[in-house]
Amino acid sequence: MEIEQIEILAFLQRHSPFQELPAEQLHQVALSIDIGYFKAGTTILRFNDPLHALHLIRSGAVETFRRNGDLYNRLSEGGIFGEQGLLRGAKVRFPATALEDTLIYFIPGEVFQQLFDDNEFFADYVEVGDSERRKTTKAARQAQSNLLSSTVSSLLNREPVSIGSNATVWQAAELMTEQNVSSLLILHHASEPALNGTLAGIITDKDIRARLVAPGLKSETPVIDIMSPDPITIDQQQYIFEAMTLMLRYNLHHLPVLKQRHPVGVIAISDIIRYESQHSLFVVSRIFRQQTVAELQALTTDVQACFVRMVNEDANSQMIGSAMAAIGRSVKQRLLELAETALGPPPVPYCFLALGSMARDEQLILTDQDNALILDNRFEPALHDSYFQQLAQFVSDGLAACGYTYCTGKIMATNPEWRQPLTVWQQYFRSWIEQPTAERLLHSSIFFDIDGVWGQTQWAEQLQQLVSSTARRKPLFLASMTRNALSRTPPLGFFKDFVMEQDGKHNNSLNIKRRGTAPFVDLIRIHALAIGSEASNSFNRLKDITDAAVLPKGRAEDLRDAFEVIAMTRIRHQAAALQQGLEPDNNVLPEQLSEFERKHLKEAFQVLSNAQKFLKFHFKA
Amino acid sequence: MLYLGPQKAKKTEDNAISTNWQQYYLQQAAQLKQPLLQQFYAKGMLAGHTPISQVPLVAIDFETTGFNPTDNGIVSIGLVPFNLQYIASSKARQWLLKPRFQLSDASVTVHRITHSEISNAPDLNSILPELLALLAGKVAVVHYRQIERPFFNAAITARLGEGMLFPLIDTLELEARLHRAKPLNWWDKVRRRQHVSIRLDASRNRYNLPPYQPHHAVTDAIASAELLQAQIAHRFSPDTPVSELWC
Repeated sequence: MEIEQIEILAFLQRHSPFQELPAEQLHQVALSIDIGYFKAGTTILRFNDPLHALHLIRSGAVETFRRNGDLYNRLSEGGIFGEQGLLRGAKVRFPATALEDTLIYFIPGEVFQQLFDDNEFFADYVEVGDSERRKTTKAARQAQSNLLSSTVSSLLNREPVSIGSNATVWQAAELMTEQNVSSLLILHHASEPALNGTLAGIITDKDIRARLVAPGLKSETPVIDIMSPDPITIDQQQYIFEAMTLMLRYNLHHLPVLKQRHPVGVIAISDIIRYESQHSLFVVSRIFRQQTVAELQALTTDVQACFVRMVNEDANSQMIGSAMAAIGRSVKQRLLELAETALGPPPVPYCFLALGSMARDEQLILTDQDNALILDNRFEPALHDSYFQQLAQFVSDGLAACGYTYCTGKIMATNPEWRQPLTVWQQYFRSWIEQPTAERLLHSSIFFDIDGVWGQTQWAEQLQQLVSSTARRKPLFLASMTRNALSRTPPLGFFKDFVMEQDGKHNNSLNIKRRGTAPFVDLIRIHALAIGSEASNSFNRLKDITDAAVLPKGRAEDLRDAFEVIAMTRIRHQAAALQQGLEPDNNVLPEQLSEFERKHLKEAFQVLSNAQKFLKFHFKA
Repeated sequence: MLYLGPQKAKKTEDNAISTNWQQYYLQQAAQLKQPLLQQFYAKGMLAGHTPISQVPLVAIDFETTGFNPTDNGIVSIGLVPFNLQYIASSKARQWLLKPRFQLSDASVTVHRITHSEISNAPDLNSILPELLALLAGKVAVVHYRQIERPFFNAAITARLGEGMLFPLIDTLELEARLHRAKPLNWWDKVRRRQHVSIRLDASRNRYNLPPYQPHHAVTDAIASAELLQAQIAHRFSPDTPVSELWC
């Protein structure tokens, strides 16, 4: 008679990654299982012993250990162990001991291997540190979202309309009407052979109105006089979301697309909006139409809705972070325009800075305002400071009204220390880098993520270059930064509904920023500084780190994947709070996480923890 | 497993054989006429001093039409081979059988095996060769031997004209040794103190084993196997001679 393992089957049906299996396959798994009982305190697996089965905890609790005896994981009912040993030579890698009286279901190695090969979800659930597999799944997930997986070339549906740089505005306007386009590419004229056919500039309907008709110029004016020269472009191989990020960042409505330096098309804002249902581009353009702080404040709910929609549409953390940063940056820019309207033009030029997450393009919905002012070197406090003090106050209060809370560490332009001429800023940076102590750097690491938002943004770039050219030659500075970066460590994992610390103690909740994203960002920043990278986004920094080959092979990719897992957990947590009408925060409760998320998070924490150990060793902190 | 209290079962051949099962098997192999039974006993039995860790075990459970082996029959047998390390549930077997006695409505409510389900089931006779082969040379484990031992003996006698016995480790009896060593005294009775339950689920619970749906033959057999592993781990040792456990 056909046997039925009703208890075993019922148990499998309650736990990942088994409950996700097809019914027939699950039935076969249930029939393959053997069972064993382990009294509390007894050894279940010994290091390097042959391993024949995946171990599934039917009841009780188990601890697994590293070879050096450190606690590796603590698992309860439904937990699995032994998968790493099975995937690597069928030897026990993490010895295991019963913490409580425990009943184990043994799933034979062949059955495990079969499930691993056949079933994407199962493989993704059990594999650890197998970055090849993780990337495959990630790619599969991305394929669901066109925005993330499609290249810009897929948006191009017609040849670009262009005209030579020797044409007049009249000829350009005629061509635009005839071809029914709102923008026109201007190509270098054949008289310059080296540049022949390459992009010189772009004009739009709006340019003709604003730069020709309004000032009353003649229609015979050369088109090069009114075009936007050397416009921002994108390569056809880049992803649509990168095009979107660029358009957000620079508030562009037309983006020329190049193939080997020659234009092959133009993307208009409407092309992206077809893909981009969350309308972060709309939010940005609306920000610039608001006339008062109160009106800007009213956009807060739109910003939140945009954030939630991006999360629900499976955007990745880089996309969400850069969209939120673009929105935040636009709010700052608009506030500065409003401030200058109210206060009059500035007495000396200035640059308004974004620091921290906004500068890194990693902003979320819950964020401090971290900002500063670089002033022209001709700045005289007695004459000019009252203007900049008021300007800073206006922007800071406006940001607070729009949901960007005041920085508790007082890193704001309203603080006179952070409202200084360029020469003073250069001294600040030199002294941080040349006479470092961990204490002095404790609050200044945020200044190493810097972005010019408004005004003389080239000054921000100068400071950035000062940092990237000097910091990498200062081991003491890197060691001090490392010491601070190691002050925040990730937890070990989860046990039942608790967060488990490295020493096995339990906590009720996890601050995913303090214990996850923040130490990760710190770690990536130090490697980036050490190789002189000028990038500020953590993912871009990781690209530079990969190219510089300073980490063991594959490590930078593992860091990227692990960072994404932690960042998305934080993002989803905040989006869930917004959807439930709650105040978003960084405190994740283990019971809110699925088994799948817990497992991936645990692995990501492991990657971070190992990377911290490497950092400590590498920079001799 | 159908357990409703010791008072309902007759103490039959239980103490007939002391604990020298090895010798008993030799005798039986020589005396019995039925080839099936001869083969079974010819496989032999381990000596009583064998450590339990070296003993091949098989947990069995019967679902029956009632409690009295003279006028009730077996409707289902569950069986799972095991030892102290592994319960081979992947090699578990289960048979549905057509008893030679009427299935009572009361028993249907217990094990949920219906008249229609067993109307096409085979007689024990046809599965006997297979069943005996799985039991030969092994020590059987049950929870409450007053069902399995007399029912098996009665069913074999009815079919082959000769009875059979084999050693059993009774997980209920192992619990009783601990919790029924002393009868309740008058003071306990005054205080209406209850005996600790030694039923399967209650016993399992004391060793932190999970609750299972009862009265499914294979599940009950696995449940007894798990219980024996737990009892050995907590109260005996892998070196305990099997003679201290079987009866």
